[in-house]
Amino acid sequence: MSIELKNVSKQFGGVAAVNKVTFSVKEGELMALLGPSGGGKTTVLRMIAGLEVPTEGDIFIRGQRVNDISVRQRNIGFVFQNYALFKSMNVFKNVAFGLKIKKWKREAIESRVKELLELFGLDGLDHRYPHQLSGGQRQRVAIARALAPKPSVLLLDEPFGAVDTKIRQELREWLVTLHHDLNVTTIFVTHDQEEALEVANRIVIFSRGNLEQVGSPREVYEQPSNEFVARFIGVMNILEPEVRGGVARVGELEFPAHGQADGQKLRIGFRPYAVQISSDLTQYRYHAVLRRTFFLGVLLRVELELPSGMTIRARMSKEEYAHQGLEDGKEDSFQISQYRVLAKESSVLPPESELSELPRPSIAENI
Amino acid sequence: MAAIVSNHKRKLAQASRRGTEESPFIKWTLILIALGFCAVFLLLPLINVFVQAFAKGWDYYFGALMNPDSFAAIRLTLLVAVISVPLNVLFGLAAAWAIAKFEFRGKSLLITLIDLPFSVSPVVAGLMFVVLFGLQGFFGKWLDAHDLKIIFAVPGIVLATVFITFPFVARELIPVMQATGSEQEQAAITLGANGWQTFWHVTLPSVKWGLIYGIILCNARAMGEFGAVFVVSGRITGLTDTMPLRVDKLYNEYDAAGAFAVASLLALLALFTLGIKTFLEWKQARDYALAQSTDGAPPGSEEPTADVQTTS
Repeated sequence: MSIELKNVSKQFGGVAAVNKVTFSVKEGELMALLGPSGGGKTTVLRMIAGLEVPTEGDIFIRGQRVNDISVRQRNIGFVFQNYALFKSMNVFKNVAFGLKIKKWKREAIESRVKELLELFGLDGLDHRYPHQLSGGQRQRVAIARALAPKPSVLLLDEPFGAVDTKIRQELREWLVTLHHDLNVTTIFVTHDQEEALEVANRIVIFSRGNLEQVGSPREVYEQPSNEFVARFIGVMNILEPEVRGGVARVGELEFPAHGQADGQKLRIGFRPYAVQISSDLTQYRYHAVLRRTFFLGVLLRVELELPSGMTIRARMSKEEYAHQGLEDGKEDSFQISQYRVLAKESSVLPPESELSELPRPSIAENI
Repeated sequence: MAAIVSNHKRKLAQASRRGTEESPFIKWTLILIALGFCAVFLLLPLINVFVQAFAKGWDYYFGALMNPDSFAAIRLTLLVAVISVPLNVLFGLAAAWAIAKFEFRGKSLLITLIDLPFSVSPVVAGLMFVVLFGLQGFFGKWLDAHDLKIIFAVPGIVLATVFITFPFVARELIPVMQATGSEQEQAAITLGANGWQTFWHVTLPSVKWGLIYGIILCNARAMGEFGAVFVVSGRITGLTDTMPLRVDKLYNEYDAAGAFAVASLLALLALFTLGIKTFLEWKQARDYALAQSTDGAPPGSEEPTADVQTTS
């Protein structure tokens, strides 16, 4: 185990920013801490670094309890959201700083810095100052600087937040390659679920200081442990049917619910891709009118309105849409091939308005 | 065809000029006003100081400076500056650090207090020290009994100067430090630097320009302060006269050339500090330009993004 957190809590002036969080990161893993802003993920990262002290609980790095070990001695590499490059030093001196502090020999420093600059495609920029670099170059300098003293873990705070969308995609791929080559345990914070799904081996999901789920991208996407995760990762239709006689009903829709007591309310979630639509009204059991079609690139999203007024979202390829001859305003038949009964989440679900501010998923749903 | 194109271009140029720039009349009027003002109020008096100083020739000029009383005044002024500028730097760094990086009770009170010397007349500041340390003052009896002299002596002059100058470095540093934030320091700490290393390698260089401006302003004021020093010094010729006091005294004794000789020295000190500042700025600009030109970075797609310079 590279890093372990046990019941770690952090309070700022009586307000709990992080609440009894327990998880571990394996050696060489690429881990994402994901959640909406104010979720406590950055605080967790800063506690691992030693920039914040936990109010409660223990943090272990490679088996050693580090609560009382200062930032300087933890041997971590930290990349700040805005990179925090030393403005008065050029690229070479920025990267060499940690090595100079650790009293490396001059020749050793030079060869290490050269090696990193080459690896990061920054060779030739040694003498430039931070303000003479592009956003992407600055980020690479910041990562090179953090990695120079060979830390046992690399921590990145919103590493792609400060660059524009085009470079962001390149940097993501670059980070994955880099992690693959160096194999250093890496933890990064992001509020972008798409980014977490694409880059990380495993994801820790936070909401309001609570840990909601830990799992691989596939696990958190396909088996969200609660409604928060389901809503946060990708788009999900969520219904609240009531059980009557072993069947849960909401509007026209029915779900089997054997052994559930009458009057009980269930929460059922299904992904838009789990909805099949056909223009042939006899093919599937339910009928609905296709209200609107959204163009998302390779895929299309459609909104179906059931006779009861309920709407559900579905998703399909352009070819499928054309093949079926679908059209706004036409009646179609549909079925739900896969769904999950969602557990009540451990924390209160943020109101709908708050969720709508989160970055809306796009690519992630193509999975 | 070419003529049409160039004509078209000219029209475009004219159009864009009208769109974004003022007319040449306004442009040149503003430039003339600014330059004229500088010439009349800054350059002319400065030249006049030197003309007057050398009115009676080189020999008289150096004679006036080597006069034991003037020489004593020059020494005292330098001593006062040498004591008060470092104190000011120390205080300024501490105050700016505290204000920019910590949250504490009484922060706004501290900011207000730092400005106090700016809002108090220097004569009042001087009187304050007389009331405190003078023979009739609060500590007067005690100081007299222990044979310590503050008022009408060098310590009083130093105290008054420190009081008058203490906002300078702090005022310059606070906005710079606030703009820089503390992320660079945190980065240094994560890389293993201790407090002193962080301060020396990261904090100090990042506030360099603010500090230099602060020191220049502080130094100019420390050497040039008249009002407060006038009150506390007692104006004992050869003992408690600073350069400004000496200039005033010589002028009142109808030794205009002598007065201007000492005054020219003060002016030279000012020009000298400005010269150092200009040199440092030039050197940094050259460093940046060298960094830009000596590397083999591929031009084009990844151009440096504009960065707000916090120090200018």
